[in-house]
Amino acid sequence: MAAQRLWASGTGAENAAATEVLSALPGKQPLIRRAFLPPNYETPLVDLRAPFTRNEAFFVRYHLAVIPEIDANSWQLVVTGTSLQQPLTLSLQDLKRRFEPVTLAAVNQCSGNRRGLFSPRVPGVQWGNGAMGNARWTGVRLRDVLRQAGVAADALEVWFRGADSAVLPATPNFQKSLPMERALDENTLIAFAMNDSPLPHWNGAPARLVVPGWTGTYWMKHLTEIRVEPKPLDNFWMKSAYRLPTGAFPGARFVSQETPETTPITEVLVNSLITSHVAGETLARGRHVRFGGKAWDNGAGIERVEISTDGRQNWRDAQLGRDLGRFAWREFSLPLDTSRTGALEVSVRARSRSGLQQPEKLTFNAAGYHDNIVQSVSLRVV
Amino acid sequence: MRRRCIAGVSVAVAGVLASPVLAADEVGSLQLKDGPGKELTSGRCAICHSLEYIPSNAPAMDRAAWQKTVQKMRERFGAPISDEEAQRILDYLSATYAGKS
Repeated sequence: MAAQRLWASGTGAENAAATEVLSALPGKQPLIRRAFLPPNYETPLVDLRAPFTRNEAFFVRYHLAVIPEIDANSWQLVVTGTSLQQPLTLSLQDLKRRFEPVTLAAVNQCSGNRRGLFSPRVPGVQWGNGAMGNARWTGVRLRDVLRQAGVAADALEVWFRGADSAVLPATPNFQKSLPMERALDENTLIAFAMNDSPLPHWNGAPARLVVPGWTGTYWMKHLTEIRVEPKPLDNFWMKSAYRLPTGAFPGARFVSQETPETTPITEVLVNSLITSHVAGETLARGRHVRFGGKAWDNGAGIERVEISTDGRQNWRDAQLGRDLGRFAWREFSLPLDTSRTGALEVSVRARSRSGLQQPEKLTFNAAGYHDNIVQSVSLRVV
Repeated sequence: MRRRCIAGVSVAVAGVLASPVLAADEVGSLQLKDGPGKELTSGRCAICHSLEYIPSNAPAMDRAAWQKTVQKMRERFGAPISDEEAQRILDYLSATYAGKS
């Protein structure tokens, strides 16, 4: 039973176990299968314990079912658009030879991570805690590529297209855009390696966008085309999907895509995940136990993580682990007092250097995004 | 705990390999519940996606939510479903997979 719990998403009895099937895609270890096709596979909690999430364990998220396996040697990236002066066609070798290589650590978190924990429930892939991971991404700066191609003064957005597509021609291709300021940010990469290995097929080989601090929807996999345009991208994935009520959440604005009612999801909110323990675990009285997990935000950096063992009345600072970079998650831990038997509820809240802290209460939204409320696990000392 | 592998099919076509397809045992495990409209629903929905999207979403769904979903699949994603079929699919899903409390 304990082993099974470790494999599960750690989302609690009501959400886990019965519906969680572990299944391996080619080249991946068994992951929690949320959906088979289009493939949506979640990283089990136990695999979120390491500082960097292994490529074999990294979550998989697709919207559309036709996913070509691309030959890296013949792959080409087209960089073009109305607001680009000198269109480029780049091979993988061109990317590696002609631009400065950059490696950075960053959390990649799906916008819908934890949707399955929403109350009331909302439609969509019913993710637990594992539609996220932390990795070292290696590639080149998008801005270096765009500057070589020459960005015109009227550029408004950069549009991205990947190689995956739908079964039906009528289904909108998955295309996303970024505002110019984020596209030209020094941390936005065209990445071809993950944790020092070539990108796995299921994580966007041979090259994907890496947008540290922004949710996974912008991290276009299997990149084929980059367009710099003077107008907003008008498609289902920008105008209808991945949107929030305007003004409901903190984070960068995406002004060219905003309406008075709704706005695109953008930055990751400050959040934390308990990885050392899962609900229902028993601890031996008097035994030394270290409690901990990960905390992350949009790149401002984690300022402090606090732990409560008395029903969120009093909070103590946890010890922060090594700083892996401001876009990476930060490990935290604290010894637990196991001197008394009985129920032990442990809660965690993280605070960002931006001043934002994990809230107690969920801000409901119909798409099921941004669940960063304080989490607890109920343990028992025996 | 169940662990299974799915089959990946690799057919080289001009540098692009075909995407993995459903292995037989996986297809077999993805049967919808019995009820009027089951065959039609399975047939139409599985054109684009595997069927466990339906039971996995059931806890979030009532008739109104299924209506929105069927409408989205037809109007936004181009699912080839007639008005009459949409009604039967909606009736089936609402009767069988509406678990919202």
